[in-house]
Amino acid sequence: MAKFKMHMLVCGGTGCRASASDMLFDNLKKELQEQGLQDEVQVVTTGCFGFCEKGPIVKMIPDNTFYVSVEPGDAKEIVAEHVVKGRRVERLLYVDPVNKKQIADSKGMGFYKKQIRIALRNCGLIDPENIDEYLAADGYEAMGKVLTEMTPEDAIQEMIDSGLRGRGGGGFPTGVKWQIASKVSADQKYVVCNADEGDPGAFMDRSILEGDPHSVLEAMVINGYCIGATKGLIYIRAEYPLAINRLKIAIKQAREYGLLGKDILGSGFDFDVEIRYGAGAFVCGEETALIHSMEGERGEPTFKPPFPAQSGYLGKPTNVNNVETFANVPVIYNKGAKWFAGIGTEKSKGTKVFALAGKINNVGLIEVPMGITLREVIFEIGGGIKDGKKFKAVQTGGPSGGCLTEKHLDTPIDFDNLLAVGSMMGSGGMIVMDEDDCMVAVAKFYLDFTVEESCGKCSPCRIGNKRLYELLEKITKGQADKEDLDNLRNLCMVIRDTSLCGLGQTSPNPVLSTMDNFMAEYIAHVEDDRCPSGVCKDLIRYEIIPENCVGCTACARNCPVNCIAGERKQLHTIDQSLCIKCGACLEKCKFNAVAII
Amino acid sequence: MTKIKSLADLKKIKGDLQSKIALREKSDKPEGRVIVKVAMATCGIASGSKDVMEYLVDELDKRNIDAIVSQTGCMGYCYAEPTIEVTLPGNEPVVYGYVDLKKADEIIEKYIRNQELVDGIIPVNYQTIEKDKED
Repeated sequence: MAKFKMHMLVCGGTGCRASASDMLFDNLKKELQEQGLQDEVQVVTTGCFGFCEKGPIVKMIPDNTFYVSVEPGDAKEIVAEHVVKGRRVERLLYVDPVNKKQIADSKGMGFYKKQIRIALRNCGLIDPENIDEYLAADGYEAMGKVLTEMTPEDAIQEMIDSGLRGRGGGGFPTGVKWQIASKVSADQKYVVCNADEGDPGAFMDRSILEGDPHSVLEAMVINGYCIGATKGLIYIRAEYPLAINRLKIAIKQAREYGLLGKDILGSGFDFDVEIRYGAGAFVCGEETALIHSMEGERGEPTFKPPFPAQSGYLGKPTNVNNVETFANVPVIYNKGAKWFAGIGTEKSKGTKVFALAGKINNVGLIEVPMGITLREVIFEIGGGIKDGKKFKAVQTGGPSGGCLTEKHLDTPIDFDNLLAVGSMMGSGGMIVMDEDDCMVAVAKFYLDFTVEESCGKCSPCRIGNKRLYELLEKITKGQADKEDLDNLRNLCMVIRDTSLCGLGQTSPNPVLSTMDNFMAEYIAHVEDDRCPSGVCKDLIRYEIIPENCVGCTACARNCPVNCIAGERKQLHTIDQSLCIKCGACLEKCKFNAVAII
Repeated sequence: MTKIKSLADLKKIKGDLQSKIALREKSDKPEGRVIVKVAMATCGIASGSKDVMEYLVDELDKRNIDAIVSQTGCMGYCYAEPTIEVTLPGNEPVVYGYVDLKKADEIIEKYIRNQELVDGIIPVNYQTIEKDKED
């Protein structure tokens, strides 16, 4: 069997394929064959490199040369020069946009810097059920350093200097939060990890707990030492069974090593962690509601102040941080606040993990430095929009956030910029939408979620959101008039200004931001009884285009309500009175003879 | 398990573990061991990574290949689950996506046995903290 001396990796991601990478692949193979090198050099296709802007990409192994914008016609030159003569094809090398230098080795390229894994540093690298692998990866060293070499005050100062802000959505400076809790005196304090990840489409916290549970435990001990708490509680939703299981294993192993429990590492400091289960209510991500839920009360928020730092779990001072926030903590002590503060923007330091979902090619978990643009996230790391469709909007911040559009693509992502453009960071869900998505229907989807998840304690949220939903439903049914749009906006303002907690205060955001950015779509629904994207069922109908119909009967055979009539090889017709608008006919027609009108 | 009693203790254990792992993974002897990591987070398991992991354990054993198969968390490539990372002795790790049983078989026969790459590699496109240290 032949052993290959060299490999050529040709990107087969959707973006590169659209610019003829498959033809390039064939040409490279052909060229190698002609030179009789097919047994020495292997050509393989890969997944997306996350650099679609410069595609197609070819990477040579073992020398790591990275060619960009390679056309099918370049195959000959690459084989003749690089493979045969061992000389790089200079003109195909990547040129650094900043210093205009050609970069040959992919490791020195800027695009690797688009993702820096800090919170996800061990995810996908270590076995989460084996504490030894975590220890080998610097695990618990930050804790050891803080507990034995630093005073709580110094450790808090380090956290403040790092500029880390809460990753659960609010963006409150973590060090300041710790400081406040540390200054309240009490016989007992608590550290709480908020693992009640509730945004639709978000799965960052789950992935961290499943991939690296010890990093959270380590950070909780550090947090306990800083504020003077000896007990930690992890509030996690019961629908994350794998994360719970791995946490349990991690806690057990940490106790066996004495990394949790009494007199940790001979420092005289005691700390232990327990798990509390939530029933999966969205409002329990709000810290006061979360605390009530842990106490066995209804998961309802209460007015702040008093803040949990003053009176939290069982009336004792409590510091609540989110999973991803905690996952950042050990690295900050290992590498220093200065290092951490060197990443990101002026007011938002470090990285953020996003769960990329929706109409995007590379659905997945990414960790990017603050200040990266939406364009880089969506079109490079995310590999662009599915099926070559047009980008329409991206929803960040879940039901509390808003939709950002094309004009925001070059806005650097950080806490303050996202707020300024009418959305928010939220916990990190990022749902990408294309031209086929109706923005009124999107707003309705989020309101449906909020109505379901409102705890019902305050009337603006309980009743107001229900009325908002009804107004949106009226619009999507084509029964609304212009006055309803004014009412919609007014109601949004009232809910935002008068709700008790963050859930209600932010629930109108999806409506407001879609109204701000896509008013034309609202007006089309209201004035012309038309859904421009063809989504709202009451405003569309399916019709057969006579010129295209060949009478193949595919639509009629697949119609679940048998409302399509027509003989073989004759024009078919849809009985509109029976049609349920499921779209099966459109999907099955191979002749573009079914259209949404 | 013995308790770790001090920071010095912890650092010593870390050193031991690291050299143990390095010995296991970085041995450049041709007969050194193959390391296979399977992404076993919810997304991976939902796409069948558990079956793939069991298959790999069984088949590598049956085919007399000295390999360590271990589980790990989400690698982030949820669109291409199940994903596995294969490290051949003396080589950089390679991540494969969309690994079903058929693909797993191909990876064993072609890549692990013959060091012949298989289609479906997922290029690493992020920086780790360690790499940053070297800058």
